[in-house]
Amino acid sequence: MRIALAAAAAALTLSQSARAEFSDKVIKIGVLNDQSGLYADLAGQGSVTAAKMAVEEMGGKIGDTPIEVIFADHQNKPDIGSNIARQWIDVDHVDVIVDVPTSSVALAVNQIVKDKNKVFLASGPASSDLTGKACSPNTVHWTYDTWALAHTTGKAEVDAGGKTWFFLTADYAFGHALERDTTEVVTKAGGKILGGVKHPLNATDFSSFLLQAQASKAQVIGLANAGGDTINSIKAAAEFGIVKGGQKLAGLLVFAPDIHAIGLQTAQGLLLSESFYWDRDAKTRAWSKKWAEKVGGNRKPSMVQAGVYAAVLHYLKALKVLKSDGDGKAVVEQMKKMETDDPAFGKGKIRVDGRKMHPMFLYEVKAPSESKGPWDYYKPIKEVSAEEAFRPLELESDCPLVATAKK
Amino acid sequence: MLAVPVQALFGQLLIGLINGSFYALLSLGLAIIFGLLNVINFCHGALYMLGAFVAWFLLEKAGIGYWGALILSPLAVGLFGALMERLLLRRLAGLDALYGLLLTFGIALVLQGLFSNWFGSSGLPYEMPPQLQGGQNLGFMFLPNYRVWVIGVSLVLCLGTWAVIERTRLGSRLRAATENATLVSAFGINVPRLVTITYALGVALAAIAGVLAAPIYRVSPLMGADLIIVVFAVVVIGGMGSILGSIVTGFSLGVLEGLTKVFYPEASNTVIFVVMAIVLLVRPAGLFGKQA
Repeated sequence: MRIALAAAAAALTLSQSARAEFSDKVIKIGVLNDQSGLYADLAGQGSVTAAKMAVEEMGGKIGDTPIEVIFADHQNKPDIGSNIARQWIDVDHVDVIVDVPTSSVALAVNQIVKDKNKVFLASGPASSDLTGKACSPNTVHWTYDTWALAHTTGKAEVDAGGKTWFFLTADYAFGHALERDTTEVVTKAGGKILGGVKHPLNATDFSSFLLQAQASKAQVIGLANAGGDTINSIKAAAEFGIVKGGQKLAGLLVFAPDIHAIGLQTAQGLLLSESFYWDRDAKTRAWSKKWAEKVGGNRKPSMVQAGVYAAVLHYLKALKVLKSDGDGKAVVEQMKKMETDDPAFGKGKIRVDGRKMHPMFLYEVKAPSESKGPWDYYKPIKEVSAEEAFRPLELESDCPLVATAKK
Repeated sequence: MLAVPVQALFGQLLIGLINGSFYALLSLGLAIIFGLLNVINFCHGALYMLGAFVAWFLLEKAGIGYWGALILSPLAVGLFGALMERLLLRRLAGLDALYGLLLTFGIALVLQGLFSNWFGSSGLPYEMPPQLQGGQNLGFMFLPNYRVWVIGVSLVLCLGTWAVIERTRLGSRLRAATENATLVSAFGINVPRLVTITYALGVALAAIAGVLAAPIYRVSPLMGADLIIVVFAVVVIGGMGSILGSIVTGFSLGVLEGLTKVFYPEASNTVIFVVMAIVLLVRPAGLFGKQA
């Protein structure tokens, strides 16, 4: 242990003194996510594959400098994630850390990357704090955030008449942020929050929480959780006759693999929003097909995995122009200057606070009779423009970068 | 929030009982295996998962539904357990219990890893049998029929197992073999076979729990890992190897957990371990364990 620390310290001094064009002659991309737990299907190896696809598209190198992709399992624990991030940057000379689902881990990594002036491309985490009070000149938040979820799915439920809400909230940074952002939408529209339960991450049985939600007589039960927690909540709600009893479920963050696990019989009619769905247009279908061939089996990419691909692609394009990866802040600045363009999200841009701007799409889960087969799960309801879906800078942003930009 | 109406409390107690029946079923198998084999069976959770997966396979590949799976899955997993005992665990007999723990822990990791690799971590859907869908409106809550069924099956199995071990000839032989294997084999009883049967029976109980759980949760490679730690806490609280202890503790901790979910949900994952710590301080052998 002591030797490892000494080596880390030595490597730190080295890496600070040696800044060639491309530091240490290789561009190293580190995909840091859940490889074995409840978020492994929506991120996991699928994200690593997505990153590799972006690298391949750029020819595997920029100029003569090869690009390398490595990955690690943060087990959804901030302490483990931080240790890996530090070791990657200090010892292994990783230039950019990608993905990092689980907001608590992402917020920790965000700070480390900023301190060490590398680049953080967030695709998996949801907390809107990453471009809010915790925003960083070294971070791009790509795929979605809690503010956007609240203003698409949450708003759609409110517009449909759901005025009273009860929350089932995963008890960590992500759940808290999602509940906060959705509460804002509900109360702004004149609705009321009747109560809520904060449950531990990765809880097994939700019937007890749902019974409390039922007793509250709220019109909408907002699920401010994700992955396995959402799956179990929705299944238990069907079993305990909550949907039949007239209460509506709002799955504030639901991914396509979740629907796959719940089954259409139970999930039908659920409203959800995503920034990427494999079956949206010809381009997304073609990209998803390529991805599926690489991971094997009958699978489709989640929006998180698509986000990893698109973010890495844009990062590499910026490096190509800049011809240097040493100064993380400069790289992100370059990324913000260039318009983004990729098959998964189309054209877009990155805002001064680090938020990637693209539309969000509201979907409804199909009934079993409407589905043509496995993974044919959504029917489109509406497209929400980027300006409407993501937090406007002028009024509400508490990101220090925005204030500086205004001056 | 704190003023919980009495009616809601009834509902929570009932739900606690349902979860408790899973704890009881799993900890019972663990208790039998530890009591008679002195093996801390860490792959119990993985075998519970295997039970659910066998049910899923039967449905997908052979068209055999829930009722068939309820019989075939424990048989298949029991057979797997018997092979495991014959080929692997037997070699560790007489060694410190830690070796068995390490071996079974390793097997659990291998099984979970394989299934995660094959099926991903989100899991697969398994529909409830049509006969058990729907539920009863009890006034204070809507009680799904399937959950009633789970409590019933679990109670019957727990009491049945207890009766077999405490009241039958086979059970008395098992108990005698635990006390003194040499002496029992001197009476012409095939002790090694008895041990294999016991292990197979213990893991078959886990497989039944797996099939019971499949429609409620989902068939997922991690379903056992999520549960096994709690179940071990139940066994420790009840007293390692105590059969009645594991049944009673399983149900009552389910209820306790259910109540925690009402009054302080944030602590619902930890309350069982708090109880475990207290019990270990006050009665190191567990509530029902024999004081060493």
